[in-house]
Amino acid sequence: MVGALALSLAACGSDPGADPSGEGSESALDLSGELNGGGASSQESAMEAWRAGFQSQNPDVTVNYDPVGSGGGRESFISGAFPFAGSDAALDDEEMADAEAQCGEGGVVEYPGYISPVAVAFNLEGIDTLNLTPEAIAGIFAGEITAWDDEAIAADNPDADLPSTDITVVHRSDDSGTTENFQEYLNTVVPDVWTWEPEGIWPIEGQESAQGTSGVVSAAQAGEGTITYADASQIADLGTAHVGVGDEFVEYTPEAAAAVVEGSPRVEGTSDHVFAYDLKRDIAGTYPIVLVSYHLACATYEDAATADLVKGFYSYILSDEGQAAAADSAGSAPLSSELRDQFLPSVEAITAAG
Amino acid sequence: MSADTSTLDATERTRALLTTAEPRRRRTDRIMAALIWFAFLLAMVPLVSLLWTVLFNGAGRVTIDFLSYSMRGIFGGDPGGGIYHAVMGTLIITGCATLISVPIGILVAIYLVEYGRGPLARAVTFFVDVMTGIPSIVAGLFAVSLFTIFFGAGARFGIIGAVALSVLMIPVVVRSCEEMLKLVPNELREASYALGVPKWLTIIRVVLRTAVAGLTTSVLLAIARVIGETAPLLVAVGVTDSINFDPSEGRMMTLPVFIYRQYSQGLATCREGQANCVADIAIQNAWGAALTLIVIVMLLNVAGRLVNRWFAPKTR
Amino acid sequence: MTTTDSPPAPVAPVRRRRSSGDTERGFSRTFRWIATGSGALILATLAAVALFLIVRAWPAMTASEAELADAVPRYPDDTSFLAYVGPLVFGTLLAAVLALLMATPVAMGIALFISHYAPRRLAQILGYLVDLLAAIPSVVYGLWGVAVLAPAVAPVWTWLNEWFGWFPLFAGNVSPTARTLATVSVVLAVMILPIITAVSREVFLQTPKLHEEAALALGATRWEMVRTAVLPFGQSGVISAAMLGLGRALGETMAVLMILSPGFLYSFKILQAAQQQTIAAYIALDFPEASGLAVNALIATGLALFVITLAVNMAARAIVARRKDFSGAN
Repeated sequence: MVGALALSLAACGSDPGADPSGEGSESALDLSGELNGGGASSQESAMEAWRAGFQSQNPDVTVNYDPVGSGGGRESFISGAFPFAGSDAALDDEEMADAEAQCGEGGVVEYPGYISPVAVAFNLEGIDTLNLTPEAIAGIFAGEITAWDDEAIAADNPDADLPSTDITVVHRSDDSGTTENFQEYLNTVVPDVWTWEPEGIWPIEGQESAQGTSGVVSAAQAGEGTITYADASQIADLGTAHVGVGDEFVEYTPEAAAAVVEGSPRVEGTSDHVFAYDLKRDIAGTYPIVLVSYHLACATYEDAATADLVKGFYSYILSDEGQAAAADSAGSAPLSSELRDQFLPSVEAITAAG
Repeated sequence: MSADTSTLDATERTRALLTTAEPRRRRTDRIMAALIWFAFLLAMVPLVSLLWTVLFNGAGRVTIDFLSYSMRGIFGGDPGGGIYHAVMGTLIITGCATLISVPIGILVAIYLVEYGRGPLARAVTFFVDVMTGIPSIVAGLFAVSLFTIFFGAGARFGIIGAVALSVLMIPVVVRSCEEMLKLVPNELREASYALGVPKWLTIIRVVLRTAVAGLTTSVLLAIARVIGETAPLLVAVGVTDSINFDPSEGRMMTLPVFIYRQYSQGLATCREGQANCVADIAIQNAWGAALTLIVIVMLLNVAGRLVNRWFAPKTR
Repeated sequence: MTTTDSPPAPVAPVRRRRSSGDTERGFSRTFRWIATGSGALILATLAAVALFLIVRAWPAMTASEAELADAVPRYPDDTSFLAYVGPLVFGTLLAAVLALLMATPVAMGIALFISHYAPRRLAQILGYLVDLLAAIPSVVYGLWGVAVLAPAVAPVWTWLNEWFGWFPLFAGNVSPTARTLATVSVVLAVMILPIITAVSREVFLQTPKLHEEAALALGATRWEMVRTAVLPFGQSGVISAAMLGLGRALGETMAVLMILSPGFLYSFKILQAAQQQTIAAYIALDFPEASGLAVNALIATGLALFVITLAVNMAARAIVARRKDFSGAN
């Protein structure tokens, strides 16, 4: 029965845009084959844009990205199951050693390919924006500030008509890079209020939570007086906080977020192809709460076809077109041309072994 | 309930007694009938609400294009693309899982009901029960570990998913088929033996035919149980947005995974004035796919009913 | 079935097992081996799964508390492995038992409705409807739970808390989003309802007509007929159906994952957020980002779920065993 149905339907489906008249001629590499990678789910929508763009340039190529999570992505990359991977955290020393052993000659290529602002979003009737100092944000999320008309919030928002509603904190229930980056921000800027060690899991028990970005956003929309943190492109009609940096309050923009990576120092003592950053969260004019997600690849692959595909795909990601596609569809921060000029030689250096 | 039948109008009085039972008993009967009607109506509330929600949210999205295109090259708020690849994947993988599970499941049920005596049968009965408790994600992990032994770390293809689903499906098939076979009256078997029909033929021609309605229901329930599984397919088959008909090679998309992925994608970013961009397209896709999945199962059900009607012995 | 006009009893009592064994030759033997082989295959599969679970869980179960606390994200400091799994087991059981308590009576009602109460012509269509509803994937139940059910039941939960707050289940602060265990168990109950109904209905329909007619002929009301003829006959089938439902409720992942706001406490407060979590949802939630020992710990919780099902089934078996039968129409 199922077979018969499959056969009868098999004749009438197709991939959209299969017409050969597209932009296919732009590609000089003439690639074909299937490339399967995976990792951080934060990069998923950007990856969709990149895969779509790359596939339209190379109609014979299929690129797949499994959003298995950063940990899964790193593990599969180290085991060699994924030729490329996305991860919300750079490889640590031990992982780097294992990955280098797996990749062989030339080691690992690692660069922050996806930068996205994380918004502090809230659901308060009639209020679209609030100025929040890092101390206030930490206090709210730690559960020390429990009402919206608390002095710590009111002091910076003289014009807002704050209700006395209780604050309901909504956090991510799953293990996520967004949580880790958000906590890292709090822990770096206000370590005396946010004393927890930053990790992918929310440290405080007893608060509301939901799975995934869409989960926290819909939970925040469902209750009055809720506050959450989420990828800025997904927060829909929730109000957002202008975050205090020094004496000013900065609204999230992709550009202000990208500036954080640009102003931060590269981690030292790594190989040439590894670009990991120690983020600085207090640079004036930048939006300090950012999610930085890395791309991983080997410098050499056994298989020439895989090497060409990874090189082609990563080169596309770093091209103007690729950056624009991700910015449009995922709301991510385009990498500046200086940064891209630094990364590109490493990507271009990807080759087949032997 | 002793009706006095000695007088002339005994029949009348008996009838009166039978039809007008004591008030208390009649009241109980009425109350229970009302409760049973209420139970049915109560259950219909969430069911109708759910179906209506899916229909309301999904109907606008399900078009010929939606059913006949894949998602290859579709991203962001682009309202193009469709679920053809996921429909195919679901049919192929569930079909494979059914092909693996149903023969094994029915044979095990036959073994338990017709042959099963002694320690092996007790062990099988017991462990089939245990198998129903395997968490679906564990079944997926098990299938992946099994296949990576033979195909290397990156192996992801349809058969792995079918095996994972079979692990979940076989115990369901066995449990409910066993129940159905047990209901076949022993007299039928004995009559068949008495006619000199060998046991295997008795089982196939008498027992299975008598139970065919129940068996079909069991199999349909089992398919329904696994066709919506998400977690094992996500780990075992991976995801893709292109069409793939070959369960032994390459990733496949399936409808439940598609629904889950679209749901967790949330809102798309649409620049102001950007043409051809729908912010909540992913949610719409999820509802559309959910509607399609339900319709597919409905079609399978109808098919099952027809099979049932053709083959069932005409006793009722 | 055909029991109403069953043939007269054979003159000599048939010793079926023996006699069929004697005539067993040719394909009968092959067929027996095929069937037995399938039974053995089940055992082999399960052994493989169990072996896989134990092998993968072993490192976590033997690791020291410090190692676990270091590697597993949600592992509290200074607790034994059992203390870590405990709240998850508790949450899993609480959710599943609540769902079963809600679903079983309703499901039996529906099954009786379809088998004995509804107009015959309608019954088939209604039965078909319920079968169909078993087919709704859990992801869709999740979507519906988040989008429709949670907002709809939030006021009900508030009301329950206000008036019955003294009852432990309804105590605590009501969550404004209703993403709590109460909502989850309602969804689980709806999910397992069709399964329990379908199997019970099939069993009720098999009640020997003779028994039913005998009850009616004795002057029983319809309910009395159901109580004295249908329910006793269907008892083991209903328990079996409920266990199937419980199995699904215990292992249900997606709906719980999408709805529940989880916590790790031994708490009966099903209206408050962040109190309980189920094993299956916990695995699905943390598995994607887990690595190393954390994966082993997650699989160990999966093993715990496995053991729970084993225990539940043993209990069910004990109940059914009281009614030893080869039910048929003897």
